Amino acid sequence: MKLSSLMIRASLVALATTGLAGPAAAQGVNISISCGAVGQELEICRQGAEAWAQETRNTVTVVSTPNSSTERLALYQQLLAAGAGDIDVFQIDVIWPGILGQHFIDLSAHVNGAEAEHFEAIVENNTVDGRLVAMPWFIDAGLLYYRSDLLEKHGASVPRSWQELTETARMVQEAERADGNDQMWGFVFQGRAYEGLTCNALEWIDAFNGGAIVDAEGNVTVNNPGAVSAFELASTWVNEIAPEGVLNYAEEEARGVFQSGNAVFMRNWPYAWALAESEESAIRGKVGIAALPRGGEDGKNTGTLGGWQLAVSQYSSNPEAAADLVRYLTSREEQKRRAIEAAYNPTIAALYEDEEVLAANPFFGELYETFVNAVARPSRPTGASYNRVSNEFWNAAHDVLSGRAEPQDALARLENDLRRMSRRGW
Amino acid sequence: MAKPVSSELTRARVRSAWIFLAPMLGVLALVAGWPLIRTIFFSFTDATLANLTDYRFIGFDNFLEYYEGEWYGVMADPTWWRAVYNTVWFTVVSVSIELVLGMIVALTLNTAFPGRGMLRAAILIPWAIPTIVSAKMWGWMLHDQFGVLNDILMTLGIISAPVAWTASPETALWAVVMVDVWKTTPFMALLILAALQMLPSDCYEAAKVDGIHPVKVFFKVTLPLIKPALMVAIIFRGLDALRIFDLVYVLTSSARDTMSMSVYARQQLVDFQDVGAGSAASTLLFMIIAVLVLITIMTARVRLGEDER
Repeated sequence: MKLSSLMIRASLVALATTGLAGPAAAQGVNISISCGAVGQELEICRQGAEAWAQETRNTVTVVSTPNSSTERLALYQQLLAAGAGDIDVFQIDVIWPGILGQHFIDLSAHVNGAEAEHFEAIVENNTVDGRLVAMPWFIDAGLLYYRSDLLEKHGASVPRSWQELTETARMVQEAERADGNDQMWGFVFQGRAYEGLTCNALEWIDAFNGGAIVDAEGNVTVNNPGAVSAFELASTWVNEIAPEGVLNYAEEEARGVFQSGNAVFMRNWPYAWALAESEESAIRGKVGIAALPRGGEDGKNTGTLGGWQLAVSQYSSNPEAAADLVRYLTSREEQKRRAIEAAYNPTIAALYEDEEVLAANPFFGELYETFVNAVARPSRPTGASYNRVSNEFWNAAHDVLSGRAEPQDALARLENDLRRMSRRGW
Repeated sequence: MAKPVSSELTRARVRSAWIFLAPMLGVLALVAGWPLIRTIFFSFTDATLANLTDYRFIGFDNFLEYYEGEWYGVMADPTWWRAVYNTVWFTVVSVSIELVLGMIVALTLNTAFPGRGMLRAAILIPWAIPTIVSAKMWGWMLHDQFGVLNDILMTLGIISAPVAWTASPETALWAVVMVDVWKTTPFMALLILAALQMLPSDCYEAAKVDGIHPVKVFFKVTLPLIKPALMVAIIFRGLDALRIFDLVYVLTSSARDTMSMSVYARQQLVDFQDVGAGSAASTLLFMIIAVLVLITIMTARVRLGEDER
């Protein structure tokens, strides 16, 4: 492990994108924090961390990590398994506390009960064996972005079901192409074979009341009529309303197509809102946002629960200062700033009634229910095997999208694979 | 008494040879032998990446296991065999194309023309760029919506709609082959060029005097003479191609359509934290490469032997 940990260190030094604010205070310590770099995430993170550094006369190093959450987890796993103390504060996904929890310190002694302000479900999610291993930072759920100008132009309404979305997307796409806009596509989403596709496909299934792959008791439930209908509908999209390239799109590729004005609908996380409405956006003022549609009449509006937490490595040489940075970044004031400037959804319920936050993000109040009732990926029942489960699931979804497997067969095979995987319990 | 004297000398030579070799053997044992033995060792355990100190031996279960009427393990995993197929297919196709293109480039560079030195240096640029950089670069150029390749092909009227090079199952592996050919043809050309420059000129003069057609000269004189060097180049490139990882991983991540054996091993080891299964896959990868190289060397020897007759 020594060699690989050295290599990781070397690459992290190369990745470190920023130094400190102001002169290195001799008495202060340097804390390095890993932030995501999707959209303007890194910049917003840097601003927050530097504000803390100035206040406490410490210094911070912001380390940028891979955009793909699958790769980011792999990097963290290697770093933490090697016991490397290079990163003090980790930004971790909502599904990772169970996988990485043993490497993090218990934060409950450091945040003075501040966790009580946050959504209970997430605090519970971040508590592993009675230890609060991470503080909630922002919450995410899949949302539907639409081009309000195009829907209006072609006399369509915001779709309420996935079937309706498919029809509207096709209609607008064809009409726009007839008008000479031959780059236009109906719908873009995250179709690459990675964790993002698991989030997308779980939303389709859950919208059709098809459950969450594995139920709370650990039984494999994925092969059911709801899931079959969802996959059957999804199998008609590629090359019809979605470009074939969607099979290799992650969040930023999908946003690239949508924000350059070449798609009617997009499924993405809330971060895309602030960017779609930014000054240099080609579609500024022409974007609407809604809950993801239901799967038919009896379906439900849903979205995969995402969101990021902050955790302190137990290999950190300054856990006190690192925990203080976490306390600062997850505080009410900082979450409010992040919500207003970059549309990151706070994990503190009270902020959803804050007038300034609502003025910047008018959809927050309306979609509050979606955020709170989002469907969770089965990371708790499957524990350390979650990555394997997710990998099988996204591969099945990818096969269906690319037309290489019939929905029914793909789900039957997936059920069999998952059952085999759990032969000795998860 | 002549014999013991010479064997005394031989012994001294052998001894100094070993002394000179010792540092290199030591380094090899450290950087190649130790990891290899450790990987094989872990392939018989249920170790996880989260905790490498606490494991137990489970025999061949990581490779193949019979449990309640069904087979498990790496060798019972269709994804693994898909990865083996992908890797071998990729190796055969890319090395063949590189061989032909490399030969053409080398023959061109072997003739005298102004600016030859410059061109020889310039052609090495793709080889000099780190794979990770060139793969990312190609990833953007191949992008279906804003990639430059689709733009060129559409402007020229060759295709009517953008092709999703890295996303479509039909083209993804070809895209990987294309980038690999772009990158490693210079290496192939360089090795062949070196062989071409060592050729004796008298054969060519004789052929010229006899008025033999250049194509015939190539097949009857040049090709047999550079064959040993070609074999070395093919084995080098073949070995390299069989353990392909970076290019595939950057272009298409862990998609099953293009997954190579190394990508599979890494997925088990890092993504799934399963050091046991990952090591088992790595051990199989090692054995497959060893067998393929042995076969290549043996067939090459047989043919070379025939040529000498």
